[in-house]
Amino acid sequence: MAATTTQPDTRRILRFTKTERVAHWVNAGLFAVVMLTGAVLKDIGGLSGTVGHRELVRFLHVYCGLAIPVAFVAAYAPRWGKALRLDVSRINRWSPGDLRWLRTFGRDRSVKLDKFNPGQKLNAAFVAAAAIVMVATGLIMAAGSIFPWLGTFPDNTKTGATFVHDAFALFIWMAVLGHIYLAFNDSDALRSMTRGDISTRWARAKRPLWYDEQVGSNPQSEGTEAG
Amino acid sequence: MDGTPVGRRVFLGVVGLGALGIVFGRQTQDFLGRALRPVTSFDPTGLSGLLPVGGFRYYTVTGGFPSKSKADYRLRVKGLVERPFTLTYDELVALPPTRLKRDFQCVTGWRVDGVHWQGVLLRDLLDRAVVKPEGTALKFTSFDGTYTESLTLDQARRSDVIVAYKLDGDDISSRHGGPVRLYVAPMYGYKSCKWLDGIEVTAKVDQGYWEDYGYDIDGWVGKSNGRDDNPT
Repeated sequence: MAATTTQPDTRRILRFTKTERVAHWVNAGLFAVVMLTGAVLKDIGGLSGTVGHRELVRFLHVYCGLAIPVAFVAAYAPRWGKALRLDVSRINRWSPGDLRWLRTFGRDRSVKLDKFNPGQKLNAAFVAAAAIVMVATGLIMAAGSIFPWLGTFPDNTKTGATFVHDAFALFIWMAVLGHIYLAFNDSDALRSMTRGDISTRWARAKRPLWYDEQVGSNPQSEGTEAG
Repeated sequence: MDGTPVGRRVFLGVVGLGALGIVFGRQTQDFLGRALRPVTSFDPTGLSGLLPVGGFRYYTVTGGFPSKSKADYRLRVKGLVERPFTLTYDELVALPPTRLKRDFQCVTGWRVDGVHWQGVLLRDLLDRAVVKPEGTALKFTSFDGTYTESLTLDQARRSDVIVAYKLDGDDISSRHGGPVRLYVAPMYGYKSCKWLDGIEVTAKVDQGYWEDYGYDIDGWVGKSNGRDDNPT
């Protein structure tokens, strides 16, 4: 594992484009609002009484929730979404060795990881699916009251949708807290979500397949442009 | 970019779980609610609220849950009446009680089955005050200073409309709208004014807090607000 180079490696490669970074932080902000207002609406630990102003809290929850898929599409679909589109298809593919990495809970150091590790891949697939479930169940809950034009659903469906919304909220909280915990344990990776670039040392040590692609076997690629 | 897709299995699995949950959520929730009751009923932290097991959700329209002790509590009956009067908590509780067991349906969709209520028939209070001929409606006020509600006199005289002081056998807590709240059994929860401290007889319906946000003035369960819930 020890670095063999004698002088510090200061080269940096682009990890996330500006569009991706903006999309990430907009998404993070919306998630924060939705998760916190959701906790208030569900009255976790008596928060509902502390905060009050239910109409405002509900308004924020519903519209920030709906803004999540809208913001994603706005970053993904247009011209400027090329890097995001590539990364999305990349995070949606297993690389050789990924399953072995998962089976050993990341302890098998011989596995060469791609740009995203298998945990990130599972997390992305889960959060994407969960977001769709949350929007769908949220719309069922809002039908007839906040959104009268949606009509109404039978009692059992509304109760079922509320149950799923609550249960998935719990899973999403766990996934997001895990994501934040891991980010704060890797300050290089965290900083690259604000600056965009990351050291080649990080890439070589933690994402060797991606490093090879960006630098090793293809040194003239656009990978060396920083920030 | 080769390799098998991650998403298909995880993604479809999660979405499928969500869809199944919508269909079977009611039964699952009822089951979980029963199984976890020993935990959730003795939880001083309130963290069991994290569990998706249903029950009441507590709403307040001001910056907190207002509270008033039984000793400080007063209920004023006033407006277009011959004999306005004020009751203390003890005087209210000493009146002949009426007990109801009905489902509680919120206009936002949640429902709690078979809730026990105890209180005093609203019409008994009105008869005691003697409504003047020009009085046709009631305005209810809350000691939170903001929440108001209304009923027509005919609605108020039903035998399932009470000024309640017990819920499921216990004193009504602050978050449930205690120590005294209105309970209008056949209507959506927002009509049952919480933290009730004033009943005023008026010449016409003066719509309440939630009606200003677009909810129907006549909030019959299943026949208003564009909803088709089973009647309570």
